[in-house]
Amino acid sequence: MTQTTDTAASSTDLDTRESAFAYSPAPESRDVVHLDSEYGLFIGGEFRPAADDATFVTIDPATEDPLATVADAGPADIDDAVRAARDAFEHTWGRLPGRDRAKYLFRIARIIQERSRELAVLESLDNGKPIRESRDVDVPLAAAHFFYYAGWADKLEHAGFGPSPRPLGVAGQVIPWNFPLLMAAWKLAPALAAGNTCVLKPAETTPLSSLFLARICQEAGLPPGTVNIVTGAGATGAALVAHPGVDKVAFTGSTEVGKEIRQSVAGTRKRLTLELGGKAANVVFDDAPIDQAVEGIVNGIFFNQGHVCCAGSRLLVQESIAEALLERLRDRLTTLRLGDPLDKNTDIGAINSAVQLEKIRSLADTGSREGAERWSPPCRLPERGFWFPPTVFTGVSQSHRIAREEIFGPVLSVLTFRTPSEAVAKANNTPYGLSAGVWTEKGSRILWMAQQLQAGVVWANTYNRFDPASPFGGYQESGFGREGGRHGLEAYLDA
Amino acid sequence: MTQTDRRVSTSTVDGVNQGVTTVETSEKVNGGGAPHAVAQGAAPEGAIAGGTLIPDVTTSDAALKRFLHGLPGVDQVGAEARAASLATRSIKRDAKLWALDTAISMIDLTTLEGADTPGKIAAMCAKARHPDPTDPSVPPVAAVCVYPDLVALAAKEVAGSPVVVASVATAFPSGRASLTVKLADARDAVEAGAQEIDMVIDRGAFLTGRYGQVYEEVRSVREATSSLVLKVILETAELATLDNVMRAAWLAMLGGADFVKTSTGKITPAATRPVALVLLAAVRDFARAGGRRVGVKVAGGIRTAKDAVSYLVLAKETAGEEWLTPATFRIGASTLLNDLLMQRVKQRTGVYAGHDYFTID
Repeated sequence: MTQTTDTAASSTDLDTRESAFAYSPAPESRDVVHLDSEYGLFIGGEFRPAADDATFVTIDPATEDPLATVADAGPADIDDAVRAARDAFEHTWGRLPGRDRAKYLFRIARIIQERSRELAVLESLDNGKPIRESRDVDVPLAAAHFFYYAGWADKLEHAGFGPSPRPLGVAGQVIPWNFPLLMAAWKLAPALAAGNTCVLKPAETTPLSSLFLARICQEAGLPPGTVNIVTGAGATGAALVAHPGVDKVAFTGSTEVGKEIRQSVAGTRKRLTLELGGKAANVVFDDAPIDQAVEGIVNGIFFNQGHVCCAGSRLLVQESIAEALLERLRDRLTTLRLGDPLDKNTDIGAINSAVQLEKIRSLADTGSREGAERWSPPCRLPERGFWFPPTVFTGVSQSHRIAREEIFGPVLSVLTFRTPSEAVAKANNTPYGLSAGVWTEKGSRILWMAQQLQAGVVWANTYNRFDPASPFGGYQESGFGREGGRHGLEAYLDA
Repeated sequence: MTQTDRRVSTSTVDGVNQGVTTVETSEKVNGGGAPHAVAQGAAPEGAIAGGTLIPDVTTSDAALKRFLHGLPGVDQVGAEARAASLATRSIKRDAKLWALDTAISMIDLTTLEGADTPGKIAAMCAKARHPDPTDPSVPPVAAVCVYPDLVALAAKEVAGSPVVVASVATAFPSGRASLTVKLADARDAVEAGAQEIDMVIDRGAFLTGRYGQVYEEVRSVREATSSLVLKVILETAELATLDNVMRAAWLAMLGGADFVKTSTGKITPAATRPVALVLLAAVRDFARAGGRRVGVKVAGGIRTAKDAVSYLVLAKETAGEEWLTPATFRIGASTLLNDLLMQRVKQRTGVYAGHDYFTID
């Protein structure tokens, strides 16, 4: 493995003015993590190729260089994985007392911490997200989720779901590419704590950290079949969801696929939770702490290149401070650093795939066509790889597509409002309802807004803050069911 | 230049406008966005630039209070998170070399002990002029900072070098003396040859809401020190909240400060990153509102090169790179210098030299 400074330019200040204090490249070494050239499916505690030997290639979105060849699971493999999970549920994992399940979960959490540097580099390579985020957010939170649910494993009778809640059986879990490791942790930790066994399908563009997690499961001595990882694209996910041996389906991803899954499990005994898209409003009142609000807006929409289902993609700002706020926001955006995801000073990494980049471009172009004013800081994009500059649309109204559809990229739509009621009306005027932000120094208004906003999570004077003890989930087309906290156990118990 | 123009012309003095509006006519309390109100409040641009008061804002305690409490709030959690995030910037190679040399040139090399003697001052001044006697490419520090009675001695020691003498004054560190005594203290330092005065504000007056008194004291010392560099120490640990830090910084700037400075070094915590972040935001906003470019001095508790560099990062990404000169950014420190020198050698040669290769003065 060699440094790829020639292809993915190290991050640069978007501000193109002459700089005496231009940060030199500070790349994290690729060599800290060992990459195999080929990865198999993790079924029954072992790695093996797909039954039909099918494979696909996962690439580094910052350079388009291939990273590894990964097995593509077909129906026969899904059969095997579900059977292995059933076997573990009936004979090993499902029979363990909670205190023993807790030991394994604590062990997995500790190994994630110990191998955090490897995981962070791997995640940034496969996903394109800045190492700063994988190192400081994704990996520590993934470990935190395992620690948190390890604590619940022997206390389920106190979770509020009856005197002796039972696990459901085999959970089929399909996760997206935006937080590959973290989403795997969100799915596996509560399921395992409750005593279920799992078949997890990571996204086809980001399978590597889940497969690394499979190795961690081996290292932790988890009974074979307790966790199975099947890699592949949409067809693999569909086969898993439709498999009759699955008792519980959990999906995080697009609303479109969520609807298909709901149709597919309709009429079956399968339990379902969905965590889908969002078009969250970040509402800034005129008495907001303005500099911190600007940080919150930046963190809300440009964190993880905007590939966040709860991203604050609609900025609703009180008209009386709109100009002042936008001035500060534009100045702040010129200090963002875009480039090599492995550079420790990079703020904005690569878009995860060509498909996603095309979707972002197309929706952004729609915004321009519909008459919204488009602005990006001066920005040199690397030549190879998938990149999109931080983009702000002003003069957006509710009737614009960029105010309604989830872009899932670094694109902010700015709308204004005059009164708190108008803010609420606009914020709630969306088929989604995953998250929202409120910025004001007035405590009573925060509480009032939190009551009025139809969103699963309402952040006050902050944005995109996550904690394993806090439930997360949506209203309406953002899905149903909660992940995290005591509430997150409900989806995996016969409550 | 175009950048500056743009900023000034479009600055609606975000948030400041509200305060100014309420000050000049009470019936406009809710007219926050009205640009003409801003123009009136911040209008005497020359007045601010010259360091004298804005009559509308500073006529009374009540007017000052309305103005200062009309500034945008600072959310402590958010400010701490931002400061912590900037502290993760990884400064390597050329950037590090530049930062180490720049940090050296920004140091106010300080000794403020009851036990200070002529010998101690002479040794420190020698170090200030030639931080590393073996390497003439190391820049001198910006200033030496001493008590008023040692100013004359220090001035003699640094004479002929670019290093200037800064003196604390106004009943440093507590500020608990009458204005007469404080002014006498400051004049004494000036007459002894100090070129920079580091005054303390009356934190008691500030905390009881007597903003007018704090403002008057800064203004009086400003007059007494005429064209010298005036640094106003806010002692932020005693102000407790970041809202207070922001307000005290504006008071000092309105009163004519050339620098706002975090702390005396006698109270813990001294300089902290969240406080520095707020001060840098305050000087940036003041400049955008048509005021002067006021500097920031972080003082106390900065002992490692890594810490010092992280403050430069804060300044670059908050106020802007134009603040990264000794004219607008200083670091008050005593032991920091040797770590900067040690890292500088490491950066240039690839190996660390032992502690004994760096002079202790």
